[in-house]
Parts: sequence; structure tokens; C-alpha cells
Amino acid sequence: MDLVLFLVFALFAVACAINVVVQTHPIASAISLIGVMASLAVLYLLLGAEFIAAAQVIVYAGAVMVLFVFVIMLLNAGTESKTGRSLVAQALGVPSLVALLGILAFFVQRLFPREASSRFGAFTGGSAKAVGKALFTTYLLPFEATSILILIAIVGAIVLAHKEMD
Amino acid sequence: MDSFIVVSLIKTVVVFAVLLTTLAYLQWVERKVIAHIQVRPGPYVVGPHGLLQPLADVVKLLTKEDVRPPFVHKALYLAAPFMAMTMALLSICVIPFGPAIRVGPITTWMQLTDLNIGVLFVLAVSSMGVYGVAFAGWASNNKYALLGGLRSSAQMISYELPMSIAIASPLLLSNTLSLRALVESQAGSFWHWNVLHGPFPQIFAFVIFLISAFAETNRIPFDLPEAENELVAGYHTEYSSMKFASFFMAEYSNMITVSCMAVLLFLGGWMAPWPVRYGSSFTPVVVFAFAGLIALYHGFHPARRRDSYTLPAAGLVFLAIAAIFLLPMVQAWLLPLFWFCAKVGAILFAFIWVRGTLPRFRYDQLMGFTWKFLFPAAMLNLLVTGLLVAWVS
Repeated sequence: MDLVLFLVFALFAVACAINVVVQTHPIASAISLIGVMASLAVLYLLLGAEFIAAAQVIVYAGAVMVLFVFVIMLLNAGTESKTGRSLVAQALGVPSLVALLGILAFFVQRLFPREASSRFGAFTGGSAKAVGKALFTTYLLPFEATSILILIAIVGAIVLAHKEMD
Repeated sequence: MDSFIVVSLIKTVVVFAVLLTTLAYLQWVERKVIAHIQVRPGPYVVGPHGLLQPLADVVKLLTKEDVRPPFVHKALYLAAPFMAMTMALLSICVIPFGPAIRVGPITTWMQLTDLNIGVLFVLAVSSMGVYGVAFAGWASNNKYALLGGLRSSAQMISYELPMSIAIASPLLLSNTLSLRALVESQAGSFWHWNVLHGPFPQIFAFVIFLISAFAETNRIPFDLPEAENELVAGYHTEYSSMKFASFFMAEYSNMITVSCMAVLLFLGGWMAPWPVRYGSSFTPVVVFAFAGLIALYHGFHPARRRDSYTLPAAGLVFLAIAAIFLLPMVQAWLLPLFWFCAKVGAILFAFIWVRGTLPRFRYDQLMGFTWKFLFPAAMLNLLVTGLLVAWVS
């Protein structure tokens, strides 16, 4: 059952991810991206990380993608026209993609031992309590640094927008 | 295992049948209440006091011509009402209506399923609900619909923030994310409910939650997405027949979900407001018997000819319901259900009451209100609650 669900949603995620690139209309790409985010949440759930799955849906599929869609709708972006690709891209695109995926697969297999982390429901650090504890003890510094980074981004956005208005 | 599936199926059918009926009749209640606020009778023709009006509306909407305007984005135009409806109905499956009950050999909870992230599930589903409205506005290829969709997505993102932060503070008191455990942590009488319970009563969080709930469900005074004097009908301008009805049902379903959440988070769910020794078990009996006696009295002193047989019949029904509440074997599950429905009903009535009372906000007021007042207030409340909870423990 777990395996069937994993295969269905992993395939769906990959199909949606490819669709993001293939589609020419921005809204269609955004919807595919929502599909990727949602199926990733299912994969987290299958591993046993229910809090992370919920956060994935709330933050990425809910908030971030709504903003994407909002901006696309606000700018009223139309269908993009396809431009002719350069010879280099045509010749090297597919081989370099295969090479990149191969290198990634190689390192993932080397870095993570087979049995330990890749079983369904085996991940135990996914509850709200565990994530909260990890964020505020082990990863306190990166957590605070990220929040300051986001604050800087917000302040920067406001400054830029303010300049435009004057 | 088999009995689990059978019981779950039965519960699902019952919950959705009740939910859909409530949806239809909530609309009747709304029209009646607003009519009485505005001193007019409201729906009166179809059935006694217009009671069959929802049925007539459903038939009308089902048989109406379904117009699809040209130049719409076909797939999204068709998917949007479906999305809005699905997301609105989905969150009811984690709402607990009462405690565990025994039916013969089977013990089951009056809840479809209990997730240990139930609160987050409801938030996640409601955050996905924006897409139905946003895509409906965009796919309709109509400037009014697009403006409605844009307004709605901006408004829902903005009000989701104070709402989630207002939800976080009662969670600090109850120390759980499961809706069932949340209610159980508020066991006892009304001074144990999160809205009044120490170390810091969540009365501010409750008010902030309710205000954001009005905005999240696009209700007056925050119904800017469908402001008819500016936007015709907003995001559902181009929709007709059943597709329009599904947006309508989604709105009412969201209203019910949000009222249930308010009751579960702040008002102690299915718990009775005062202890059994002060007669909380007999409250429904008294309420229904009183209603029945009033109906009987007016039935025997009829103002109109028809009243002399309709009112006594209604009075007898109320008295029968009061008698049912006296039976000890059904009390165990009927009483929690009564209190839950009474609380949810009170909040739904407040929704309707506000609609009959307040005018609509201006758009800049709407945005300024949430970002400059509601959000900081919710943050402050969370901060104080967190400090006090930490200090007490």
C-alpha cells in the first residue's frame, strides 16, 4: 500500500515538475508547481513526517504558490512564445542533464546508507514537538539567521517599492 | 478491521448527509434572520414559513441552463468550482462532534478521523481553498471576475496570518494539535474553556479569530471579492446554474467549518457549559419543553386559522424531542451533540447577525486593518500567552 502510494505520488511529482518547464502559459506552470508541492507533502507523510507535510502544504502549496498565482494574474501574463534554441543548448542539453542526474544519484547513494533512513514511516523526528525542539535547540543559530535574512529581504522590498513611489 | 471500514463508511455518509442538509437550511435561516432584522417576512410561499424554499432553490439551480461564456480558459473554468467545493467540504472530516460512544459491541468516536495534526490539516485545506476563487476569477476572462479573484486571494493571504497566530495561542494552553485532545483539555465547565481559562484567557484571540474568520469566508463586512456595487458579482460573475451553486455551498460550508473550529479551539467543543450537578443534563429538556409549550399555547389561541393545527403539531414535536433527551441510553451521545450544535449555531447566528447589521469595508481599510491592527494584536497576544504559560509551568 505504502509502495503503491509512493510510486503514484512520486510519478505525479516528476510529471508535474516536467510540466512546469514544458508548459508555455505561466498559470499552467504554476498549477503544475502546486501539484509538485502537494505530492511532495504526500511523500513526507508516507515517511512519517506529518508536521513537515502539513507545513509543506500550508507554506508552499498554500501561501507561496498563491502569491505566485496572484502576481501572474496581476501582471496578466500571456502565453510565452518559443524562441529558437542555440546549437550548444540543443547538442549538450540532454547529455548534461543525464550526467548531472547520474552524479546526484551517485552521491546520494554514497552519502546515505541504504537501510536506515529510507523506510516508510521510519522517520521519527517529524512530529510538531520534535521539529520544534530541533529548531530551538540544535538548529537555533541557522533558524535565527534565516529569520533575519527574511527580515532583510522584507525591508529591502519595502525600500525598493518606496523609491518607486516618490 | 472490516468493522472499522463499515463504521467509517456509515459515519461518512451520516456526516455528509447532515452537512449538506445543514448547508441548504443555513441559507434559509440566513434569509429568515436577515428578513426579520429588516422587518419583512422573508421566504414565505414555498411550504410553511418558506421551509421548503431550499429544496425549491436546489431544483431551480439544477434545472437552470448552464451557460459557458466564450473565451474562458476551459479546464480551469470547469475545475474552479469543483476545487472550491472539495476544499470546503474536506475539513469536516477532522472535526469531532462528541466523545466516544458505544453502539452495541462497537465503540466509536463521533468524528470521522482524528489526526495528531488536526488543526494544521484544517489550516492547510483552508489555505488551498483560495485557489478555487482565484482561478474562477482568472479563468472567466472578465475584468470584474479577475478583480474579484485578485481581491479574494490578497484578502485571504492577509487574514490567514492573524488567524493562524490567534489559533496558536489556545494551542499553547492545551499543548496539543489534535482537535479531540484539544477539547478534552478543556473538560469541565465554562471557566475551563480556553476563552476564559488561565494563565491568560484567550478572549482576545477569540475575537481576532472571529474577525479573521469573517474575512476568510468572504462574508460581510469583508465581502469585497463579490462587492456587487463595484464588481457585479465578483469572481462568480460568469458562473451559472450548479457551478454558481457550488461556490455558494463552498462559502456556507467554510462558515460551518470555521464556526466548528471556533467552538473546538475556544469554547470547549462538546462540553456542557456548567456542571451536571447544576442540571446541565436537563437544559436541553427544559429548552425544548419550553419551546413546545409556547407553540401549544399559541396553537390554542390561534392568530390565524392555519395556526390552530400547525402550531400544536410543532409543539408536540418539540415535546417529543424533550422526552427523547430524558432517555438515559441516548443521553450519553445526544447531550454532547446538543451542546456542540448549540455553540456552533450561536456562532453561525452571529455571522448572519453581522451581515444584517454592518456595511462593507473599503478595500484599503480592509488591508490596513489586518496588517496594522489585527496582526500586531495577535502577535502581542501570542507573546503574552507564551510568556505566561512558560512562567506558570
